[in-house]
Amino acid sequence: MKITVCIGSSCHIKGSRQVVEQLQNLIQKNNLDKEVELAGTFCMGKCQEGVCITVNDDFYSVTPDTIESFFTKNVLTKVKA
Amino acid sequence: MRKFDTKVQHLKYKVLREVARLAWNDTLLQNILDIPKTIVHGDTPTMRCCIYKERAILSERVKIAMGGRDDNKNIIEVIEIACDECPMGGYEVTNACRGCLAHRCEDVCRFGAIKFDHNHVAHIDKTKCKECGACSKVCPYTAIINRKRPCENACKIKAIHMNENKAAAIDNHKCIACGACVYQCPFGAITDKSFILDVIDIIKKSNNNKNYKVYAVVAPSISSQFTYAKLGQVITGLKELGFYTVIEAALGADMVADAESRELAEKGFLTSSCCPAFVNYIEKNFPDLVPFISHNLSPMATIAKYIKEHNDPCKIVFIGPCTAKKAEVQKKEVRPYVDAAMTFEELQALFDSKDLDITTLGESVLDNASYFGRIFARCGGLADAVKQGLKEHGDTDFELNACSCDGIEACKVALLKKSKGISNVNFIEGMACNGGCIGGAGCLTHGEKNKAEVDKYGMEAYEKTITDAISVLK
Repeated sequence: MKITVCIGSSCHIKGSRQVVEQLQNLIQKNNLDKEVELAGTFCMGKCQEGVCITVNDDFYSVTPDTIESFFTKNVLTKVKA
Repeated sequence: MRKFDTKVQHLKYKVLREVARLAWNDTLLQNILDIPKTIVHGDTPTMRCCIYKERAILSERVKIAMGGRDDNKNIIEVIEIACDECPMGGYEVTNACRGCLAHRCEDVCRFGAIKFDHNHVAHIDKTKCKECGACSKVCPYTAIINRKRPCENACKIKAIHMNENKAAAIDNHKCIACGACVYQCPFGAITDKSFILDVIDIIKKSNNNKNYKVYAVVAPSISSQFTYAKLGQVITGLKELGFYTVIEAALGADMVADAESRELAEKGFLTSSCCPAFVNYIEKNFPDLVPFISHNLSPMATIAKYIKEHNDPCKIVFIGPCTAKKAEVQKKEVRPYVDAAMTFEELQALFDSKDLDITTLGESVLDNASYFGRIFARCGGLADAVKQGLKEHGDTDFELNACSCDGIEACKVALLKKSKGISNVNFIEGMACNGGCIGGAGCLTHGEKNKAEVDKYGMEAYEKTITDAISVLK
């Protein structure tokens, strides 16, 4: 699974660093280093919806506050399935 | 609303704008010969002896706007017919000499070059004069002046001389492409080659960023430029031109500060590698110090490399204050990452070639880097960032003794001392332009407030530390 977080200016201001840091922690905590690849990109062209992330090319909009529940719902379930 | 410092810049801009306008419309080839006439219309000369000379010079400017001569590898080129062959007599006594009795000039001259006529008026014997300038300094009437060409005066590394036609000529073995002469020549006879046609081609062939994405990497000194508009409007303008997004070169600076401070702690002595003119200067004049040039790519190349490696396929255009960057992007280590480099002057021409009034646009955000990455744009910023890098890594044992060189003359002094082993500095931050990048030849304007603008922009950065700014990249 590949998670890409937008680190362009607009998402950066909205907290993409915090999103990246939380994702790093969550991946480590759940021992998913091998299963989940985390990447960054500059701008996904949907700045209004930031922080923008994609999970295997599916687009989602998250915030530093929602990333943890998002991870449980959209990442953990899929990886374990 | 003042766009440029001088009328020479304005003239150069008009040529770039017209070339770009035609290139966007794919009509450059048909109309290329008419560009001089579009700029100099009517039959009254406004700059030179006649409109024909004005137009002949403009034709040369058009060539340079289109990339210049292939047989000359230097980015900086002389337009010989535009050179006014300024007088260059060296030290001369002017008619301000009152024929005084003190004759300080005679006493101070160690070469016996000062003679007096029957009115006690001083004259300099050019066969004896060594151009030391001592007489000029002591004259109570400041009657002795140094007639030097502005280009030669600007070129502190002495790469400009007079050719057999009395026109300025550049010694490419010495020239570091800093552009000081470009900015100083009052006739605009020395100019930097432009690659805006490459930029336009890259944007057009991307087919609205569908074939590949075009990234603009902007230098932090942009904060002191385009002062008639807001920075956010400049960013929107770039996107209107067809760039996919804009990224701060300052984020590359954060990456460099992080790596460079580690390298410094390990090696014990380094020079910076951010300023391409400074690096070129070391390579040409201090070969024994070359091993100590930081092995990091410049911030521009560092961030471009990151973007290229993570967002393939893409093209990257660097936009900054610097003429030497145009030479840097041709180096084999940098060429794979940066596809073209242009200056703020050229960006203004591109905006206007599309009749984009950026003051009417909405504001976009630009925020990738930390305070420390952003202050690279001014002299001393790099050393501050490296100091911060050492602190953030916990390298407290290493005591930084940095020398921040403001301008190429200061660089020369620091390098000379180091090569002779009479200096205990362990980090030389070299900036070829006075003031750092904000003094670059490709800036639209050079103002006293520019340093303050850069610091203010730095303070506005969302990330306060280098580690935070680069943490998203890992």
